[in-house]
Amino acid sequence: MEAVESWFLSFYQATGINLPIVYDAFDRGRFVEGFLTTIWLSLVCLVFSVVIGIVGAWLQGSHLVWTRRIVQGYIQFFRNTPPLVQMYFFFFALGSLLPTVENEFGFQQPLLSSFAWAAISLSFFAGAFNVEIFRSGIEAVPTSTREAAEALGYNRLQAYLYVVLPLAFRVCLPALNNNLVNLVKTTTLAYAIAVPELLYVSNQIWSDNVNVPEMMTVLLFLYVALVGILVWGMNRWERAMKIPGYGA
Amino acid sequence: MKIRFRGLALATLATLGLGLASAPAQADLAAAKERGKLIVGVKADYKPYGFRDPSGAIIGIEPELAQDVAGKLGLELELVPVVSSNRMQFLEQGKIDLMIATMTDRPDRREVVWIVEPNYYSSGTNVLSPKKAGFKQWEELRGKPICGIQGAFYNKKTQTEFGAEIVAFKGTAEALTALSQGRCLGFVYDDSFIVSKLGEEEWSAFEMSLPTIDDAPWGLAVRLGDQEFHDVMHDMIVEWHKTGRIIQLEEKYGVNVTPFAQMMHDKHKAM
Repeated sequence: MEAVESWFLSFYQATGINLPIVYDAFDRGRFVEGFLTTIWLSLVCLVFSVVIGIVGAWLQGSHLVWTRRIVQGYIQFFRNTPPLVQMYFFFFALGSLLPTVENEFGFQQPLLSSFAWAAISLSFFAGAFNVEIFRSGIEAVPTSTREAAEALGYNRLQAYLYVVLPLAFRVCLPALNNNLVNLVKTTTLAYAIAVPELLYVSNQIWSDNVNVPEMMTVLLFLYVALVGILVWGMNRWERAMKIPGYGA
Repeated sequence: MKIRFRGLALATLATLGLGLASAPAQADLAAAKERGKLIVGVKADYKPYGFRDPSGAIIGIEPELAQDVAGKLGLELELVPVVSSNRMQFLEQGKIDLMIATMTDRPDRREVVWIVEPNYYSSGTNVLSPKKAGFKQWEELRGKPICGIQGAFYNKKTQTEFGAEIVAFKGTAEALTALSQGRCLGFVYDDSFIVSKLGEEEWSAFEMSLPTIDDAPWGLAVRLGDQEFHDVMHDMIVEWHKTGRIIQLEEKYGVNVTPFAQMMHDKHKAM
């Protein structure tokens, strides 16, 4: 490790390319933590947004007018407002209305942390798109298939879970893929409410070392890699779920 | 297209050249005396150093210092509000004769304007925290969440040397909101800014109880080459420190006497 550190230090002295995230223990520590926070935030948001999408799409097909209206209202609200504004709204406006808890230092502290608010707002933001994506998949399932399920005695929930959703999933995977890629990239917005994710720690590091170009390059490559892994996984999943003769 | 572009570029160059050539012409103390009016650039948004009273007039510690200068020279005073990004340019271009605008004295700035020695004031880094926290030493911040501003150079120091957990926001408004909502136990920033906040009712349950670190002096400036005015200002600053004028103004505007002002007063009083 020390050899690597000293090599990067001499590399900096020789070329002027400053990468303290390799040779400086403090910067490396916070950068790794930021990287893990980004992965954790992305995973949490991915899971919750897909769950919101599945549940929302099911509720959208409800027979109750008000259920449909509420889902529609939710979609309109989250799809029509910028995610950064939502994040500020949740964190500063809504966050201050919630009850406070006493922290370890004997002070009153808001119930939810900045990480929790980022996860909530990003999940709901991506979830709103996912509802519409799943709806497009559901609408692609032929009515005859649904009727066949009904004829076999499935109720609405059962038909949705066992017949409609599995078929719809295959149709909407490409669109879902797109939205989830966007979601991973949108996690960078969490730096506005001080969630110590990749962009936030990079900002701190480049403020201390004035190495903006280097950090920007590192950031870009890391996101290319992160999103690449996600897309690779989604493509594999898409292939594994392929039913011969169904869809394209 | 190409020709036209070249024409445009030439015209722009010519204008710039003219601007450069005409701006510094006859802008020194002699010109101010001829005019009968001294124009001083001060801050208008930095309470209590320079701010507007309810009638819109600019008042504060630095406008009063400006008044001292005008009074000594026997000239009328005109205050021009400046901000950090234009204060040196205003001075260079001759829009103002003197700049007293909370500017930190730095070597790169000394190349652009003539910062008069000795420094008239100084500010450093401190923490705004609830009185209940009762911080007395920087080391007490260890492990505690402290709000800051993204990009501030003292974040790292507060983190590595004193072990605080920095929670950095984009601007002061966000950081102050987070502090008032209890998301952190303090806000690390310029002590002069914190002093101005402490004067507000909203922050009456807060205090600035740590010793100021990273003290950096402020410089007032005249145009490069204006020897006469520079000498006048040098004597003026020495006189301010000697008579305790700065301390008197701090008391008048409700600022805790800064160690720098006290030190300079003690030093010059003896001479």
